Amino acid sequence: MIDGRPDELHQQFEEVWGNPRGWRAATIVNHTRIGLLFLLTGLGFFIFGGLLAMLIRAQLALPDQTFMDADTYNQVFTMHGTVMMFLFAVPMMEGLAVYLIPKMLGARDLVFPRLSALGYWCYLFGGLILAASLFLELAPDAGWFMYTPLSSLPYSPGVNSDFWLLGITFVEISAVTAAVELVVAILRARAPGMTLQRMPLYAWYILTMAMMIVLGFPPLILGSILLELERAAGMAFFDVARGGDPILWQHLFWLFGHPEVYIIFLPAAGLVSTVLPVFARRPIVGYRWVVVAVLTTGFISFALWVHHMFTVGIPHLAQAFFSAASMLVAIPTGVQVFSWLATLWLGRPVYHVPMLWLFGFLVIFVAGGLTGVMLALVPFNWQVHDTQFVVAHLHYVLVGGMFFPLVAAVYYWLPHFSGRMPSARLGRWGFWLVFGGFNLTFLVMHWTGLLGMPRRAYTYAPGLGWDVPNLVSSIGSFIMAIGIATVLVDVLLHFRFGVRAAPNPWHADTLEWATRLPPAAYNFISLPTVDSRYPLWDQPELAKKMARGEQGLATVAHGRRETWGTDAVTGEVREIIHLPGNTWLPFAVALVLSVVCIGLLVKAYAVASFATVVAAILVLRWSWENGAHEESGIGVPVSAGDPPLHWRTHDGPGRWGMGVTLLADGALYAALLFGWFYLWTVAPQWQVPAQSPLDARGLLANALLLSAATLWLRRVLAALRRGSDKGLCGQLAAVAALGLLQSAHLLWLMYTSDLAPKGTAHDAVIAVVLGYALFHCVLAGIAIALQAWRVHYGYVDRAAPYEPIVLGQLWYYNLGVMWSAYVALVLFPSTWGGV
Amino acid sequence: MPLPSARPAAALSVQSMLPALVVPWLAACDGPQSILDPAGPAARGVTLLWWPMLIVATVVLVGVTAAWIVAMLRRPRDFSPEEAKRISRRWVVSGGILLPAASIVLLLGFGVPVGDRMLPRRGEAPLRIDVTARQWQWDVAYPGDGVVLVDELHLPAGRAVHIHVTSADVIHSFWVPRLGPKIDAVPGRTNVLRLQADEAGSLRGQCSEFCGTGHAHMVLKVHVHTEAGFSAWLTERAAAAHVGGKDPAGATPGGALPAPAAPGAARNPPRLVSGVAFLP
Ligand code: HEM
Ligand SMILES: [Cu+2]
Ligand SMILES: [Cu+2]
Repeated sequence: MIDGRPDELHQQFEEVWGNPRGWRAATIVNHTRIGLLFLLTGLGFFIFGGLLAMLIRAQLALPDQTFMDADTYNQVFTMHGTVMMFLFAVPMMEGLAVYLIPKMLGARDLVFPRLSALGYWCYLFGGLILAASLFLELAPDAGWFMYTPLSSLPYSPGVNSDFWLLGITFVEISAVTAAVELVVAILRARAPGMTLQRMPLYAWYILTMAMMIVLGFPPLILGSILLELERAAGMAFFDVARGGDPILWQHLFWLFGHPEVYIIFLPAAGLVSTVLPVFARRPIVGYRWVVVAVLTTGFISFALWVHHMFTVGIPHLAQAFFSAASMLVAIPTGVQVFSWLATLWLGRPVYHVPMLWLFGFLVIFVAGGLTGVMLALVPFNWQVHDTQFVVAHLHYVLVGGMFFPLVAAVYYWLPHFSGRMPSARLGRWGFWLVFGGFNLTFLVMHWTGLLGMPRRAYTYAPGLGWDVPNLVSSIGSFIMAIGIATVLVDVLLHFRFGVRAAPNPWHADTLEWATRLPPAAYNFISLPTVDSRYPLWDQPELAKKMARGEQGLATVAHGRRETWGTDAVTGEVREIIHLPGNTWLPFAVALVLSVVCIGLLVKAYAVASFATVVAAILVLRWSWENGAHEESGIGVPVSAGDPPLHWRTHDGPGRWGMGVTLLADGALYAALLFGWFYLWTVAPQWQVPAQSPLDARGLLANALLLSAATLWLRRVLAALRRGSDKGLCGQLAAVAALGLLQSAHLLWLMYTSDLAPKGTAHDAVIAVVLGYALFHCVLAGIAIALQAWRVHYGYVDRAAPYEPIVLGQLWYYNLGVMWSAYVALVLFPSTWGGV
Repeated sequence: MPLPSARPAAALSVQSMLPALVVPWLAACDGPQSILDPAGPAARGVTLLWWPMLIVATVVLVGVTAAWIVAMLRRPRDFSPEEAKRISRRWVVSGGILLPAASIVLLLGFGVPVGDRMLPRRGEAPLRIDVTARQWQWDVAYPGDGVVLVDELHLPAGRAVHIHVTSADVIHSFWVPRLGPKIDAVPGRTNVLRLQADEAGSLRGQCSEFCGTGHAHMVLKVHVHTEAGFSAWLTERAAAAHVGGKDPAGATPGGALPAPAAPGAARNPPRLVSGVAFLP
């Protein structure tokens, strides 16, 4: 940066994009900052979970230890698993993606920056609430998968399970918001010219991971809501005597839980596919093979969940299907492993600390994959299921498949975080200690399992052959802990003593290395146009041109935060995405939501309800600050030749965001209907009341009313698209009124029905389905009412038609919900011989 | 380890080839709950799956690791684009697709019959034993004979037994590792497990689904009798007016069967195969 212009531009960009300091830092929405916060918080929870692991190993080191009693031990191992899975692995991987994805795609930020911030604060507050439970000695103690009826009220009367159900649901908001955001950013905000085929592999991995979160987390969110309703409100879902089934919980949990494992592994594999070619000094071998393998893995992983339930008493044929399907995952995984090997083989590999960790990843992960294939074999599974063998297997997969690539990635991107290079010596020590300690701990643990030691046993009698292997595992785990401490010290020291990094120090191919080191909040002075899969390799001058402001969107004088909106497939520029600036709203919403969470925990329902209303108002306020109501840069038109701002179009990122959110929402609803049909067919004591508790004709009328309102809205939107906003305000208001009328009618139907949700699972599920529909209809009604108001203020008209079009999707979705509810609740039972 | 007599020849030959390597390991395989020290045909089937799986997995792991190390260490050379394409395709197709596919076929080919042999068989009239798990004990009942035990299971050797497993409270899992697979004890359901013991002796079982604070201590003592010894034992027990387990508080007096705790038993008949439910 020799000439003055970049510095001058830097100043201008800083004014619009710069991060405030002090307590106003809580208003920052920028993805670089949010990503770093995710990583730091994840590190904190990793250390917490690691200390819990040390407690576990200390307890198991010798037989008949009394270091912890059973109750404490149960809390500790449950929290260890929960913290590692929900507060470390997933947020860490998402945080890294939040940090990297826009930079790799040549964008300035994610498309919904406020949502990133909301996700982060929900994660932090939810995690703190959950962690606090351990210090109150009220931590969840039913294992990280919380099987009912152990976690149900009769057998867990304390608040322990509620901490898990409420805390985890709260944290999952963050997982889902980040996922929605990543999907839309990857599909709609790439550098011009970056077709899908030219996307960095990492983006493919993250796209797959994010879609899996969107479809995989909702079943657990639903399960948690149902279990909490059963515990707190006495409704019946998992209670056999009232027509529920505890196995339904297992299905809902593993419907989430199995994809979860790949949600953790795939982004880590994406890190491998990013880092390894750079050190092999050649592009990855078989880009297309890898893309297909990743998509296939994501797809298959939704068809495997039953392999966690082979000993439950599932039909034999189903076991055979899930067994074979589980083994099939070995193929896409094998494709990736061998394309990494071939890349090394054909390249000119150079050695650096990250490569050491990738080597560790390969050995440990492949070993874990091999035991995974064994576990998929049903007869073998029947023997080793729920033993220490499984604990060993899952750590090989999770630590090998996630932690090792993560450390490799941290070393690789350290120059990005600090502007300095990592050292080699201490890093090597750290690696060998972790690698050796890990294998000592967990290789031996397979043996402990084969000798018949169950998992989750807080102690064991001497003389069963378990004494020696347990002691070895405990010693190994402490060696591993020393290794991890060494790595942490190494990273800390490097901030002080590391050598300053040159631009693109590893000679990488991806665009994140075209930023300053460390990067400025706006990432790039000007946004690149790319014509290859490996832009920094194939366009050597690109980084300099970007820094000199010779590429796209180099002005900021208008005061707007802008990035390109591009076509999902071709990467052609379609619009300028006008991004919101810093705001207190996400922080405030998360804070109020944690009041809701705590209110529910301590059963202060008045507080919780009040806080819910406040949260709703804040969210509506948030939706108000959009489009033509952005405070900044509304008056200044875009430069000649540039495309329009996104809220002047019909199809900006918001439509995609709404679409992806509705996918998640639909997954939740589908899981609910799955539960309904599951209970009908499988629950051991399913009870159908003699007389239908529902007013079938009233429900039909209600669905017809909603259909009429939706059709009307559709006509209004069609006119708007054609450029006519005549009578827009009045029509939207009328649609909203009709919708709210329908909601009121639905509420009345529920109120006057004979539903006894505390009596039978049958009625409880119906109540939840109707409640779900009601919630959505009210939401859609209020949102359209607000739109009418915005038309009145002039924020929405034919020149800014965007928002009502985005909301249209919610209405269509609700229509689907209402009619499918009618089919499932009214028509299906009458054909099934019910009432 | 007492080598079971019915060991197939293939496994024997592997072991006779590598005695020096294997013997020390086998010593480490002993244990009251060791899967690798089978005392019945079902457990033996799994042991015979385990050793070949271990060997193949080790070979694959060593191979992949070696490929990585060699690729890192050898002197790099230039490949023409065609050459690179050919090599990479060969690696990805043979290593990534054919190797796992072949392993899967082999594994299922050997594994599925082993699983099938564990299942209850039609036309068999085995001894039936009802096991009800509860926090934190095992109620073991011999229907027809009115015998009820706590935390103790008595079996005849050399003959199949059907264990009907259910739960009175939370989910547990019935498991006697040296005999064979585990099956969950689920409230509202009855799962049936087929087990058979080779010879008389004592075995140990333990709950293997986490069930609360007593989980680690939910141990089951298993006594295998000879056929004659078993009949004698059962007759004596049935005649006795009351039964006892190690825990008097938990024992049901008067030899009466505890009411089947499973409320749903009426609607769902017992699942007649180990780990296999019927689809209603
Ligand atoms: C830092 C080294 C680690 C050690 C020494 C360790 C040790 C252990 C041990 C001994 C158990 C068994 C508890 C029991 O069955 O009683 C366990 C369970 C578990 N660990 Fe770890 N762990 C480590 C890291 C991790 C990581 C990085 C993850 C995930 C990313 C993880 C996820 C789990 C899960 C999911 C469970 C199951 C918890 C449950 O049964 O509810 N662990 N760990
Ligand atoms: Cu799984
Ligand atoms: Cu148990």
